[in-house]
Amino acid sequence: MSDYNFAYLDEQTKRMIRRAILKALAIPGYQVPFASREMPMPYGWGTGGVQLTAACLTPEDRLKVIDQGADDTTNAVSIRKFFQRTAGVAVTEATREATLIQTRHRIPETPLTEDQVLVYQVPIPEPLRFLEPRETETRKMHELEEYGLMHVKLYEDIARHGQIATSYAYPVKVEGRYVMDPSPIPKFDNPKLSGCPAIQLFGAGREQRIYALPPHTQVVSLDFDDHPFVASKPDHDCDLCGASDSYLDEVITDDRGGRMFVCSDTDFCMGRVRAGHAGRLAGQSKGAAA
Amino acid sequence: MSAPILSVRGLERRYGARIGCTGVGFDLWPGEVLGMVGESGSGKSTLLSCLAGHQRPDAGSVTYDGRDVLAMPETERRRLARTEWAYVHQHAREGLRMGVSAGANVGERLMATGARHYGRIRAQAIDWLDRVEIDETRIDDRPTAFSGGMQQRLQIARNLVTGPRLVFMDEPTGGLDVSVQARLLDLLRGLVRDMGLSVIIVTHDLAVVRLLADRLMVMKSGRVVEQGLTDQVLDDPQDAYTQLLVSSVLQV
Repeated sequence: MSDYNFAYLDEQTKRMIRRAILKALAIPGYQVPFASREMPMPYGWGTGGVQLTAACLTPEDRLKVIDQGADDTTNAVSIRKFFQRTAGVAVTEATREATLIQTRHRIPETPLTEDQVLVYQVPIPEPLRFLEPRETETRKMHELEEYGLMHVKLYEDIARHGQIATSYAYPVKVEGRYVMDPSPIPKFDNPKLSGCPAIQLFGAGREQRIYALPPHTQVVSLDFDDHPFVASKPDHDCDLCGASDSYLDEVITDDRGGRMFVCSDTDFCMGRVRAGHAGRLAGQSKGAAA
Repeated sequence: MSAPILSVRGLERRYGARIGCTGVGFDLWPGEVLGMVGESGSGKSTLLSCLAGHQRPDAGSVTYDGRDVLAMPETERRRLARTEWAYVHQHAREGLRMGVSAGANVGERLMATGARHYGRIRAQAIDWLDRVEIDETRIDDRPTAFSGGMQQRLQIARNLVTGPRLVFMDEPTGGLDVSVQARLLDLLRGLVRDMGLSVIIVTHDLAVVRLLADRLMVMKSGRVVEQGLTDQVLDDPQDAYTQLLVSSVLQV
């Protein structure tokens, strides 16, 4: 353990990342370039998020890592172990107890507080990328607030599918200025971005960008007047805990069309089960949420 | 008709030591169609892209509606370019977004200027497809599924949907066969008259300017060698180069 500097990265690198974080917090939604380091894991596994976490961690922190809402998937387990080994910080699976949460593709169901930092892993930070491949041009579009193109994508959705079919990485406008990609969280989570008391940091390692939402930032999902934004989720209750207001995963249980819906946020679901809530299949399929 | 809509003085653009265009000056009046002809490499396209703000001229001034275009901040110039100006490219695929449907192509300028009502955007797109003679059942098809002539008409619809005042056209009929060209010219002529557009049209096809342009500028080696009313220039060319140009048109 002592072979590594605290939290793996050297102090100069952390300093550089912290400067980028401060700049990102000062200009909410703006993508700050930073000199992303090579990390001991492949691109796409959260190298951006890991660098942010490393730069923010203090020995007193309690870390929670989630992947698609779950604490026990490969990505979450390996990143949690990584920081246990290189920083020796305490870890937890309970959202309420964590001071720093690194997440991939979800925002926890339990409301965050102002004592917490939420770090997102971002694959592609540029919301305009698939519409305009030139980086020089997208930068210019951000600079001049030319965001009509984002609506072209939503228009295309409605023309093709009859509704806005974008269901994750749904573009948002931050404080009426920058259009931002909220990372591939389901659009169900979009309303939680706005007015959140916690600091939200977004790190894209391969793309070398950091952006951020300071606490209580106004975040609006883009939409049309006659096709308003809807935070959609499967039309079910959780089969384990019975929650009707949490984001659900669909789990195939056999090859005869059997399926169940369970909370994607495992900590939230377990908490409810422990508190005595029960869903349709509670009891008979223990551990299926895992 | 009190003031020219576009006023150009002493415009020059150099590529290193070579001249792109130099000493170009003219006034364009509201509702007027100005043709620019000349052989390949005579500086027509350079001049047009300088006027439209795609390139920065090295000297001279461009005044649009009393405002100095070259001194404008980029924000304002780009806003002009997507509201009051339009630019029709020679190759439709340069001016279109090939990855999205025809309706989205037409709607893009509307959305860029703040339209946020899907139903109204779509209604306007249908209206404009109709005006450029594209069947409204094709609205959700991508431009890749369109013929060359349809792509060019779609590009025109996409540009004119915001009701611009000044349109730049770079060889709009280039690469189309003659019957498609004739229909496109017919369409353009109708739109120009109906909407009262001011147009600068660059072409090497004298038949196009004969049909469309009120006034003509003949360019050679980056310089304007002759300008005047279209019929006057074409029927009674004064400059030796213009005479050559007019006489080299094949008569069928």
